Amino acid sequence: MIEVQHLYKSFDDRDILKDINMVFRDGQTNLIIGQSGSGKTVLMKNIVGLFTPSKGKILYDGRDFVAMGKKERVMLRREMGMIFQSAALFDSMSVLENVMFPLDMFSDMNQEDRVKRARFCLERVNLKGAEEKMPGEISGGMQKRVAIARAIALNPKYLFCDEPNSGLDPKTSLVIDELISSITHEYGMTTIINTHDMNSVLGIGESILFICDGHKEWEGSKDEIMASTNEKLNSFIFASDLLRKVKEEQTLSNSPLKGEN
Amino acid sequence: MFILKWLAAFGRYLQLMGRVLSLPERWRMFMRQYVREMGSLGVDSIGIVLLISFFIGAVICIQIKLNIQSPWMPTFTTGYTTREIMLLEFSSSIMCLILAGKVGSNIASEIGTMRVTQQIDALEIMGVNSASFLILPKVVGMMTIIPFLVVFSIVAGFVGAYATAIAGIITPEDLTVGLLHDFNSWYVWTSIIKSIFFAFIISSVASFYGYFVEGGSFDVGKASTNAVVSSSMLILFSDIFLTNLLA
Repeated sequence: MIEVQHLYKSFDDRDILKDINMVFRDGQTNLIIGQSGSGKTVLMKNIVGLFTPSKGKILYDGRDFVAMGKKERVMLRREMGMIFQSAALFDSMSVLENVMFPLDMFSDMNQEDRVKRARFCLERVNLKGAEEKMPGEISGGMQKRVAIARAIALNPKYLFCDEPNSGLDPKTSLVIDELISSITHEYGMTTIINTHDMNSVLGIGESILFICDGHKEWEGSKDEIMASTNEKLNSFIFASDLLRKVKEEQTLSNSPLKGEN
Repeated sequence: MFILKWLAAFGRYLQLMGRVLSLPERWRMFMRQYVREMGSLGVDSIGIVLLISFFIGAVICIQIKLNIQSPWMPTFTTGYTTREIMLLEFSSSIMCLILAGKVGSNIASEIGTMRVTQQIDALEIMGVNSASFLILPKVVGMMTIIPFLVVFSIVAGFVGAYATAIAGIITPEDLTVGLLHDFNSWYVWTSIIKSIFFAFIISSVASFYGYFVEGGSFDVGKASTNAVVSSSMLILFSDIFLTNLLA
């Protein structure tokens, strides 16, 4: 479980994040949504330690990440896996070497076991047979799957995904979403996904945090989002005609409203 | 303003070097990277070093013979001068200036691209000291391989000078006498010691520019150019001090 308490972040006197409070629970997919420039990437970068918060606490199962020493931070980071928007695969290494990298760096397994583990992770993301390919030789969707395999190689407790569907077609996006969701449930990880893909929100959003202008505007689940009366959330979620019609149909069918925040 | 900016950059460079010059987290991974860097930065540069040194050796020999050598000078003057230029300046300083262009831009663009494609962030998230993991093998690899490049450059320069003898510009005997005349082996060591310093400058300065790139491909290109310009300037400045110190 990751708890964010009264988190503030400023750049040159400009407040980007203002008093964010949130609990990201384990074994479920926690989504951070919001418009471009709303501060969701800054929030994620604060949580993973790429930025230092101006104020506030970030607790990893009770351990205060902000107050930690350098050594403790490094140890905690080994419990994290991250999937970047651009996949961020090491382009001088093959697919197998990419997945083996965290094992090479931090595990005490022998070579044979490391290869076995990396192949298992690649099979888990349905990438058997691509081991010897270089990142530049595979599609964007495959790159994301390699990134997922690399992220889970060390059995992390916390998984972070920064816009994992960015640049992918809807069908591949669904595959990636389902993969992240199933891995989260399988390993009981605390997964935080940064997205503005509405299919992801309505598909795997077990817990959703909506950020607007740097502050927490709404919190709920994918079921609650359809019934929400929050204007800012609705104007963001139902910006497309298709989703607006779905919402109108649901309102007409008089579905019960629940869990409004 | 300029001085403040320069001091800030120098401070960041020192901080980065503080992170770089730490013991590798995994020696196995370090050795793998180290061998790879010696290959990509050093072995892959042998061709250009040999080619340029060969032609420069030949051209120096021709220029000395045609423009400086005169009847009242000893016949070994051309060979002697060619040797001194190759040993004292070309094979260390000028060759390193050439490598600053080739290797410096390569390092800056490689690390810069890793920065803008979030590969460095990925390393940091995993808990890897990205500065040490990426830069240390480059610095150590470059400093290890450079003495060999210096020796190759000296030999290629002499071979180039002998090539002019085949063309009939100088007799091989005069050239041999000149190359061996009053030979001081310390000059070879001077060349090697200087080149090791320059190798550190090239690899660390280029890595610094690449590591702190912000933006996209345009900025990577800019960092690459800045890396070459800065390391060339530093090589020229430090050459004055090193030459004075080692003379």
